[in-house]
Amino acid sequence: KFDVANIAEWATEIQEVPIGNTSADGGSRGKRVMLGGEKALPFYFDAPMPNRNQVTIDVFDMRIGLAKAVKQNYDEVMDSPGEWAKKNVEKFNADMITIHLISTDPLIKDTPAKEAAKTVEEVLQAVDVPIAIGGSGNPQKDPEVLTRAAEVSEGERCLLASASLNLDYAAIAEAALKYDHDVLSWTQLDMNAQKELNRKLMKQCNVPRDRIIMDPTTAALGYGLDYAYTNMERIRLAALMGDDELTFLMSSGTTNAWGARESWMVSSPLKEDSDWGPREYRGPIWEIVTGLSLAIAGNDLFMMMHPTSVAVLKQITQTLFG
Amino acid sequence: MKINSPLEAYKYLPQTNCGECGEATCMAFASKLIDRSGKTSDCPPLIKEKKFAKKLAELDRLLAPEIRQVTIGVGEKAVNIGGDDVLYRHKLTFFNKTKMFFDVADNMDEAAIVERVNSIANFRKFYVGRNLLLDGVAIRAVSNDPAKFAAAVKKVAEAGLPMIFCSFNPEVLKAGLEVAKDLNPLLYAANKDNWKEVGELALEYKVPVVVSAFNDLDALKTLAKTFAEAGIKDIVLDPGTYPTGKGLKETFTNFLKIRRAGIMGDTEIAYPIIALPFTAWMAGISDPVSASYWETVMASVFTIRYGDIMILHSMEPYSTLPEVHLAETIYTDPRTPVSVDGGMYKVGSPTADSPVLFTTNFALTYYTVESDISSNGIDCWLLAVDTDGIGVEAAVAGGQLTADKVKEAFDKAGFDLKTAVNHNTVVTPGLAARLQGDLEDKLGANVKVGPMDSGRIPGWMEKNWPPK
Ligand code: B12
Ligand code: SF4
Repeated sequence: KFDVANIAEWATEIQEVPIGNTSADGGSRGKRVMLGGEKALPFYFDAPMPNRNQVTIDVFDMRIGLAKAVKQNYDEVMDSPGEWAKKNVEKFNADMITIHLISTDPLIKDTPAKEAAKTVEEVLQAVDVPIAIGGSGNPQKDPEVLTRAAEVSEGERCLLASASLNLDYAAIAEAALKYDHDVLSWTQLDMNAQKELNRKLMKQCNVPRDRIIMDPTTAALGYGLDYAYTNMERIRLAALMGDDELTFLMSSGTTNAWGARESWMVSSPLKEDSDWGPREYRGPIWEIVTGLSLAIAGNDLFMMMHPTSVAVLKQITQTLFG
Repeated sequence: MKINSPLEAYKYLPQTNCGECGEATCMAFASKLIDRSGKTSDCPPLIKEKKFAKKLAELDRLLAPEIRQVTIGVGEKAVNIGGDDVLYRHKLTFFNKTKMFFDVADNMDEAAIVERVNSIANFRKFYVGRNLLLDGVAIRAVSNDPAKFAAAVKKVAEAGLPMIFCSFNPEVLKAGLEVAKDLNPLLYAANKDNWKEVGELALEYKVPVVVSAFNDLDALKTLAKTFAEAGIKDIVLDPGTYPTGKGLKETFTNFLKIRRAGIMGDTEIAYPIIALPFTAWMAGISDPVSASYWETVMASVFTIRYGDIMILHSMEPYSTLPEVHLAETIYTDPRTPVSVDGGMYKVGSPTADSPVLFTTNFALTYYTVESDISSNGIDCWLLAVDTDGIGVEAAVAGGQLTADKVKEAFDKAGFDLKTAVNHNTVVTPGLAARLQGDLEDKLGANVKVGPMDSGRIPGWMEKNWPPK
C-alpha cells in the first residue's frame, strides 16, 4: 500500500485579502476579487486552496513601446485608457485592471498627479472590475501620484502599487488607510527586505494584515527566474511554517517576461543557435511559463499583457486548482 | 542521503589527513561528501585499503541519494536521471536536470525518422557559456510489429542519442533490444498485464525499465517492489500523465506524493518519475499551436514538480526553447556563484583599431555579451568589471558598477587606453549610460553609449564604428 503523510509544519494560513468593493461594501465594483487563504503550497493535496489565481491586465496612461506581438492586440485603444480597460475585460477576460500612471514620470511627460487621477476615474467608470493603480516607478513622485489616485477612488478598495523601501512608503500606507485601499509591498528578490517592509507597513504604518499584498519581484525565464522562483517558494514555505511577517499573498509583474530577448527578438543574434522560429508564438509562451512557474512557487495574482498568455495561464492554474 | 553533517561522514574516513584527495584534512573532505561536490572514490586510501572496505560500504550506503539515480544510453550522450535528495531546490540543489526525449513513430518512413532524429540531435540554444540541448529519442511502436520496430530502432540508434522503447508488447521490446544490445535504452513499460515478460527482458538485457500504473499508486508501488525484489535496480515510475481537467490535477498530486514519500525515506518508491506531456496531443485540442502550448505548459509543471524525464512531441522552437530554459532554471545550482573572473578578454583577434567595450562579471551578462559579439565576427576588447557577479542594471542601481570601478578594472588589467588602442574610446552598456560623464572624466577617454541590449551591438557597430 502506498502511503504518504501531509506536512505537519504547514500550520499557518496565508492572509486572505479582498480587492474591490461592491455596493454592499460601499464601492461601485461589480464584483470583488478574493485572494490568499492557502494552508499549503499551491495546488497541493495537503489542504484545499480556497481562492483561485487571478489575472490583472495592464493598461497604460499613454502610448508606450511594446513588443509587436503584444501591441497588435491593443493598438487601436492605446490612446484611451478607458477603452483599453474595457477591451481587457470584455475581450480578454481580465479579472482586474492595472492602470499604470507612467506618464507622471518627470523624465517622460511629468503629468501632474491631479491630471493622472482623472485617468483613474476614467478607468473606474469604464469597467466595474477591481483595479490596481501603479505609479511610474519614480520614487520622488509616486507617493504624491498614488495619494491623489487613492483619493479619487475612495471606497473602491484598489490595490496601490507600490510601497517600497526606497520611497515614502508611509505616505502610500496612509492613503490606503484613509481612502480604503490595499497596498502592494514591493521588494527586489530579497526575502529579508520583504520582511522589513512588511514589518514597517504593519508596525509603523498600522496597515492591517488584510490590506497587504507582496510583490517580491519577477524575473523572466532565462533572466533570473531561478532567483524569483526560489525567492517566492522560500517566502511561501516560511509563511506556512509560521513566519508572520511573510504570511501574505503574492503578486507577480509577469509582463517582465517580455524583457527577455527570446520573447521579442526576430531571431537569435547567435548564428550557432538552432532556429528560434516565429516570435509571435515565442513571446506569449515566455510569459506563460514565467507566470506558471511562479504560480507553482506560490504566486496568487498575475499582472499580464498578452491575451493568449492570460487565457492559457488561467486555464492551467484553474485546472490545477480543481 | 541518510546523514547531513560532515562530522557523521568523518567517522567513516581514514582520519589520517594524508591529503591525497586534494583536501588538507579528512574533515574538509567530509564536507564535500555532504554537499555532494566530492565522492568516496576520491579518497584513495578508503578505496584501496582492505581494512576500510566495511566503512566504505557503509558510507556509500549513507551517502546514496534518496532518489535512485538511473542511467539511460551509453557513452558521451548517456543521461542520468533521479539522484535527488531534497524537495525544494534551495535546500541543496536539484541534481540531473529533467531530460527531454522526443518521439518518433516506427511507422514513419525512414527519411522522416532520420530528419526528425537529426533535428533532435542538432538542437542547441546558447546560454551562460554553454549550450542547452535536447536529450534523446522515444521510439513509439505504433505498428506493433517487431520487425518494423527493430528497423526503426536501428535507424535511430545511428545518431548515438539515448533511447526509450515505447511498447507494452514484450515481443516488440525484445526485437528492439536485439538490435540495440549494449545501448542501454529505457523500456517503456511494464504494467499489470505484461510485467513478468518485461521484467525478464530488463534482467536479461540489463536495461532500465519503467513500471506503469495509471493513477494507482498502490499498484505502482507493488510493481516497483516486485521488480526490486527480482533484482532490477534501475526502475523509473510512470503514474500516468493525463492531459487535462481532473485527470491532470490527479497526475500532479501523484507526482507530489511519490516524490515526497521517496525523499521522506520510503525506499520502495524512491525512483525517478517519467512524465508524458505529449499526451497533450490526445486531448482533442484542434489547432496545433494550442496543442503545442499545452504540451509546454504540462512540461513546465512537471519540470518544476518532480518529473525526471519526459516524452515530448512538439519540436517547434516555441516549445523547445522555454522547455530547455525552464529545466536549466530549476536545476541550476543555487550555491555556485554565477560569475566569471574580472579582467580584459579578447573576443576574436582584436588589434589597436578594435573597439573597447565593458560589461560586468555576472556570468549571464558576460556570456550573453561575449557570444553576441563573437558570433557576429566582431573583434574587440571586452572588459569584465568585477561587480561581485551582478548584472549591469542591478549593479548600476546597487553601486557595484561605477566610473571608479571601471577605471580600477582597466588599471588592474594593465590596459592603457592611450597606448593599447589608437582611438582612446570606450563603449558602455546602454543601461549604464548614466556613467558616461563621470567615466569621461575618470578615464580621460571618449565614452560612447552602446545599445541597451547587447544583441544589437552588431547593428550599432555598423553605424558607430570606427568613431569619427
Ligand atoms: C536578477 C535581478 C537581480 C538579482 C541580481 C542577480 C545578479 N547576479 O545580477 C538581485 C536579486 C541580486 C538583484 C538585486 C537588486 N536589484 Co535587481 N533585478 C534583477 C532583474 C530581475 C534581472 C536582471 C538581469 O539579470 N538581467 C539579465 C542580464 C543579462 O542583463 P544585463 O546585465 O543588464 O545585460 C544586458 C544589457 O545590459 C546589455 N549589456 C550588458 N553588457 C553590455 C555591454 C555593452 C558594451 C553593451 C552595448 C550592452 C551590454 O546586454 C545584456 C543582455 O541583454 C531586473 C529586472 C528585470 N530587468 O527583469 C532587476 C533590476 C535590475 N534590479 C533593480 C534593483 C533596483 C535592484 C536592487 C538595487 C534592489 C534593492 N533595492 O536592493 C538590488 C541591487 C543589488 C546589488 N547591486 O547589490 C532594478 C534596477 C532599476 C534601475 N534601472 O535603476 C531592476 C531593473 C528591477 C526594477 N524594475 O526596479 N536584482
Ligand atoms: S584522501 Fe582520504 S584519508 Fe586522505 S585526507 Fe583525504 S579523506 Fe582523508
